[in-house]
Amino acid sequence: MTFINYAAREINCKIVYYGPGLGGKTTNIKYVYEKTNPNSKGKLISLATETDRTLFFDFLPLDLGEIRGFRTRFHLYTVPGQVFYDASRKLILKGVDGVVFVADSQAARMEANLESLRNLELNLKEQGYDLRTIPYVLQLNKRDLPSALPAEEMKRQLAKKGEPMFEAVASKGTGVFETLKAIARMVLLELRKGR
Amino acid sequence: MPSQDLVLHDEEYQKIREVISRLRSECNAKVVFLVDKNGQQLAASGELESIDTTALASLAAGNVAATDSLARLIGEKEFSILFHEGERDNLHISVVGGRVILVVIFDERSSLGLVRLRVKRGSTDLAAILEVMMKKSAMPRKAAAGGSPFSEITDEDIDKLFSD
Repeated sequence: MTFINYAAREINCKIVYYGPGLGGKTTNIKYVYEKTNPNSKGKLISLATETDRTLFFDFLPLDLGEIRGFRTRFHLYTVPGQVFYDASRKLILKGVDGVVFVADSQAARMEANLESLRNLELNLKEQGYDLRTIPYVLQLNKRDLPSALPAEEMKRQLAKKGEPMFEAVASKGTGVFETLKAIARMVLLELRKGR
Repeated sequence: MPSQDLVLHDEEYQKIREVISRLRSECNAKVVFLVDKNGQQLAASGELESIDTTALASLAAGNVAATDSLARLIGEKEFSILFHEGERDNLHISVVGGRVILVVIFDERSSLGLVRLRVKRGSTDLAAILEVMMKKSAMPRKAAAGGSPFSEITDEDIDKLFSD
């Protein structure tokens, strides 16, 4: 649900990074935070446990500049990936404009990817969204690990609708901005369609 | 799509600003601001320089969302007011019209009783403005805005956003 403020001439969009626990969602937005010009970003908020596992969400506001005279702001959120935090994930999906699914490429995590993806579909549906129509990007993270499955195999199992897919190593920044750009583009094109 | 985009026009924005500035002076509060339930800040008034309002908006919405869920878990519809007491500053959070969150930050120059009383009155005014805002948001954007500026977004416009 984009928030358009004609009075302040601002567009605000919400992007949520979803995926299994320890898949690299927080690493993605931390990298974006580190590499973004200080004038274009707000504070990175992490509601995490003492061991740095996301407890509720991470939040990063980004100011991407003007489009058609409107300041364009993206609010990036991550959900907690661990299975038992489902109630929190549902809350964070409220009002979402676009979703990035961060999949873990390690063979041993494929089942966790699939479970998280099913959970995403279900939680979106509960909010009245449909994964098939919402702006959606698939990121295959941890491509540098020796146990990474072939990208084609992951695509076969995880791709839903011909969504843009990016190979990434979020800890090194590979693919992070490509993923963000792709989802931002899709959200803005959705805005162009209007109602 | 489950929820339409939220559109705030100048007319309602000015009215909201009037109500929250009045509320701030009536409450003797440091800051009053209004956030939608998804964490977007709608308007703010007061001593904002020292506060990261974007972060505050997101956290206030997260707080309300979590508390709403807690309420439902124990069979309550909602907890309509949240109050956080600090050593110097206090935070009063309430939901207006079921849709937006009104946050009042105040110190010893005010009191919880005064804030509660004024917020109750201010909320009625805000709810009426929000009603109009939601109706306008539901209108096709072209009709509401005299032509949507977004229908002409080009690929180049989007590329420019990421140029640096």
